[in-house]
Amino acid sequence: MQAIYILWLRQIKRYLRSRSRIVGSLGQPALFLVALGFGFGPIFQKAGGGNYIDFLSPGVIAQGILFTAIFSGIELIWDRQFGFLKETLVAPVSRFEIMIGRTLGGATISTMQGIIVLILTLLLGFRPSLIYIPLAIFIMFLTALLFTSLGTAIASMLEDFQGFQLIMNFLVMPLFFLSGSLFPLSAAPEFLKIISAADPLSYCVDGLRFALIGVSHFGIITDLGVMGILTFIILVFGAYMFSKIQI
Amino acid sequence: MSDQNNANILEVFGLTKKFGEFTAVDNISFSVEKGEIFAFLGPNGAGKSTTIKMLTTLLLPTRGTMRINGYNPVKEQDNARKSFGIVFQDPSLDDELTVYENLEFHGILYKVSKDLRRKRMEELLKLVDLWERKDHLVKTFSGGMKRRLEIARGLLHHPKIFFLDEPTIGLDPQTRNQMWSYILDLNKKEGITIFFTTHYMEEAERIAQRIAIIDHGKIIAQGTSSSLEKQTKTNSLEEAFLSLTGREIREEEATASDHMRLRKAMFGGRKR
Repeated sequence: MQAIYILWLRQIKRYLRSRSRIVGSLGQPALFLVALGFGFGPIFQKAGGGNYIDFLSPGVIAQGILFTAIFSGIELIWDRQFGFLKETLVAPVSRFEIMIGRTLGGATISTMQGIIVLILTLLLGFRPSLIYIPLAIFIMFLTALLFTSLGTAIASMLEDFQGFQLIMNFLVMPLFFLSGSLFPLSAAPEFLKIISAADPLSYCVDGLRFALIGVSHFGIITDLGVMGILTFIILVFGAYMFSKIQI
Repeated sequence: MSDQNNANILEVFGLTKKFGEFTAVDNISFSVEKGEIFAFLGPNGAGKSTTIKMLTTLLLPTRGTMRINGYNPVKEQDNARKSFGIVFQDPSLDDELTVYENLEFHGILYKVSKDLRRKRMEELLKLVDLWERKDHLVKTFSGGMKRRLEIARGLLHHPKIFFLDEPTIGLDPQTRNQMWSYILDLNKKEGITIFFTTHYMEEAERIAQRIAIIDHGKIIAQGTSSSLEKQTKTNSLEEAFLSLTGREIREEEATASDHMRLRKAMFGGRKR
């Protein structure tokens, strides 16, 4: 337990010390909110979709979590190349504990990032109902855990950052754009609905929307069920991949 | 193998590591006595680091047996891990943490109790002259200071054997001298066994009590510096080394870390 705690604490300390990283990663969500939120807002309203900022904000929060989580998982490559991973791997601690500590740390900072984005959306005019905030934070944490584990699993298979661009373009971006973060799934064409239903982030966004604005496409039970099961599977897979690392 | 000499802290028998078709370490056997200072020499790509990785549980051997402080690093990982300390070839500190936090991290991973940990941290940091800087972030340190911190960290859990993989590479003569004097002192006072690799032959000649020379994955000579000179009819360890391993320059393929290091240098240490 002590080992898991100290690995978790390390991630938190690193995050809190890199202020430029915290501020830098707010750029993208801010851009989405301003350009899309205010740009498309009037058209969305005219088409009868309601307030677009309210609709978009949960998606942008999920995006902030997705990016931070995948990156903190992938940061493993960095630790691996610059030696710090070796320090933990030669210590009398099981690989499983190391993976869990790292992943919980990454998930915690991603949740914190999600909360910062939530505050940003409030500043830009987002008015959620506040009763379900605890549920929203729980969903944020589950989302963070899911994608940190995924990042760790991927990083365990990669030797260096060569594949990084590939992951950005063929995994992270599609996960975000196809998740229904930006558009309502109910009005989307059938093929897009099918694709979105296969995108794990869709359930995170949908769950967040339920918690924050009371609107849901899949239903909150489905959202939580899919996220729970998927998080468990990917966590186990990530732990397995991590245990196979040889330096 | 079980009734072997108890005075040996390290015993390696028939150790082999293959990466696909390539044999990095080829059936090597050697032993190191308790309290001994042992140097492991060889040209680039000879198999030194691969051997150290297998001894320190980072890599599984293809064949062969190892005993470290009586434990098998493949099957009794945690006991083997508690027995050794290591300074890797590349720095393995967390740059974003302070000196104190790096040591605290290590102490907790090795389950050193809080009181003992705090006491040893102070002792060790004073020993390597970093006590005054204990709250500084490691990223502000020079290469020499990082090395000293890594030495302190590697000793925090009081290992029986200390592995140093090219510990003096890139250090100026002052730092190098100071570093060896700490290590020799520890060896004398605490009886810690020292196992190190280096490319500086005069360092091995001066420091090591016994030397093994490895080339193309095989140990080609073992003994004291003077016995190696006698064996090759030369006057210095450097000449003996060259006569044993040849004068041809070894090409080592750039590894992923070399590419990364280049990139790190290009982007001034920024991550993304």
